[in-house]
Amino acid sequence: MKGRFARFLPGGRWLGLYALVYVIFLYLPVIFLPIFSVNTAATPKFPLTGFTWKWYEQLPHTPALLDAAWNSLVVGISASVLSTVFGILAARAITRYRFPGRRPINGLIMAPLVLPEIIIAISMLLVMLQLGLSLSLFTVVLGHILICIPYSMTVLTSGFEGFDRSLEEASADLGETAFGTFRRVTLPMVAPAIISSLLVSFTISLDEFMIAFFLTGTEPTLPIYIWGQLRFAAKLPGVLALGTLLLLASFLMMTLAEILRRRAANRAHTEGGVYA
Amino acid sequence: MPERTISDRTMPDRVMIEIDRVTRSYGAFKALDDANLTIREGEFFSLLGPSGCGKTTLLRMIAGFDNPTTGTIAVDGQPMAGIPANRRPTNMVFQSYAIFPHLNVEQNVAYGLKRLKLGTAEERRRVEEALAQVSLTGLGKRGATELSGGQRQRVALARALVMRPKVLLLDEPLSALDKKLREQMQVELRRLQKAVGITFVLVTHDQYEALAMSDRIAVMFGGRIAQVDSPKDIYQRPVNRQVADFLGGMNFVRADIVDETGTSLTVDTLGFGRVRTDKPSAFVRNGGTATLGIRPERLRVLWDDERSEFEVAGEVVERHYFGEVTHLVVKIPGFEAPLSVIETNDFGADDLPLGAEIRLAYDPEALVAMAD
Repeated sequence: MKGRFARFLPGGRWLGLYALVYVIFLYLPVIFLPIFSVNTAATPKFPLTGFTWKWYEQLPHTPALLDAAWNSLVVGISASVLSTVFGILAARAITRYRFPGRRPINGLIMAPLVLPEIIIAISMLLVMLQLGLSLSLFTVVLGHILICIPYSMTVLTSGFEGFDRSLEEASADLGETAFGTFRRVTLPMVAPAIISSLLVSFTISLDEFMIAFFLTGTEPTLPIYIWGQLRFAAKLPGVLALGTLLLLASFLMMTLAEILRRRAANRAHTEGGVYA
Repeated sequence: MPERTISDRTMPDRVMIEIDRVTRSYGAFKALDDANLTIREGEFFSLLGPSGCGKTTLLRMIAGFDNPTTGTIAVDGQPMAGIPANRRPTNMVFQSYAIFPHLNVEQNVAYGLKRLKLGTAEERRRVEEALAQVSLTGLGKRGATELSGGQRQRVALARALVMRPKVLLLDEPLSALDKKLREQMQVELRRLQKAVGITFVLVTHDQYEALAMSDRIAVMFGGRIAQVDSPKDIYQRPVNRQVADFLGGMNFVRADIVDETGTSLTVDTLGFGRVRTDKPSAFVRNGGTATLGIRPERLRVLWDDERSEFEVAGEVVERHYFGEVTHLVVKIPGFEAPLSVIETNDFGADDLPLGAEIRLAYDPEALVAMAD
């Protein structure tokens, strides 16, 4: 009797199997990308024919790709800096002050996270055209700020929350000016959260397709370039190589961002939380 | 003031802080109502009261984090109006300690010195000196997040003392520590204050802390200062029932005033009869009645055939054992309420059965008249 039930208990055989299937479901498609990107054959199918770096070596010799990468860099940096600046202002207000409408405002700022991206993209396109803005990287940046702000807010709020106000008072008490206090106490305390927010929004912008597709003019970003290349079967291995690199970059930046976010949250909480 | 304490006599009478008719209002609510105080140089002064009594508001106004609605604050003869916190000759130990978590112990202590541009050698010397004063020598490189509660408190102290302020302000500095550490820090703080000679102003809601450390105490209720006196006078000669109650247990007896002179009161009571006592420093007569009080530890159980000139007899109705002492509640014929008695356990007060008939001796000197 005991043995039959034990199999269904946590840690039992079935739970382990379930977890394995779960992880395979999540990551199997992603694993194919790097595997086929180092395969000598131009068509992605098994059995593998041999190992090669040649698809990667061709990447820097493709001018259109380099242009797209440059565009993505410009858009990513602009969007991440601006969304972090707006995020700092909003997160500071929401964590520091108690004002009427605080929760609804917070909800509205976070809403783009759950809106269908295609709806956002179409509405933004309509607005841009109404405003008479011609489509360019600038309009893409505007769109990306909109979808990056919720991510920036999440990261920055957890960095600012529990920031003990008496730290700034202590600095003033010890003779420091308002600007000196910001430079010597506030900024170093929230720096990890700010860097984390920059990394997260840069990654979001780098990987984003839908909004960029609708709002860009003649200048493609990397995901749009990839989309364009898919029409040519011969270009597929290059796309796979590029995709692998993007995947790797995103993964590294997100990991770093999460490490920094946790550090910022810990730092604020060990000070304020214990005695609050 | 009825009599001067030892510390009063050895201290110069120079005024360090002058609080003159200070009121702090938030709309219709007065957090502090017409406060007047004179704190002397080198004094260990405590602001004592329950939460919301205005003690922290007053401390923060001295520090410059808040401003009086009306009235003036002067430190060392200099009016503080319009002077921001970073240019006042005061430093503060915060309740949360507010240790900068991204700096180590040394950097925390040197934080305020950086602006003074003393040069590396002098700065190092002063940091070391401050760390030695709070017994943290050798922990300079320790990270702020690796410190225990007691150590954080010492860093906060060192960081403020290193600035050599004219006044050190302490906002409930011991409330986050456990009981044993708190008692140890009380002794240390007192010793440190005597050694550096800086005026200390302490905010606390713990009456034992205030009694153990202070030269003088201001007891506050509801934004008003009720009494300013030495610990002994505050405890033994409270100005009214509220102060008496806050400082510890006391038996109260209703008293009718028979005669009032400049220094004494004569009252008639049920139980203790006609009593003549010293008048509290700030006694304000309110009609023809007053309250007569006696602290429970000033009543003593008379054993066997021991006799006293002043004694009352009654029956034990409650007994509470506290290890070193036993609290007895004794019902006495002729008294409106039973008397609380605190008796040490060396004669067997912990073995007195309920219902036992006992006699209590009291010292008429321990009877104190106060406002209702």
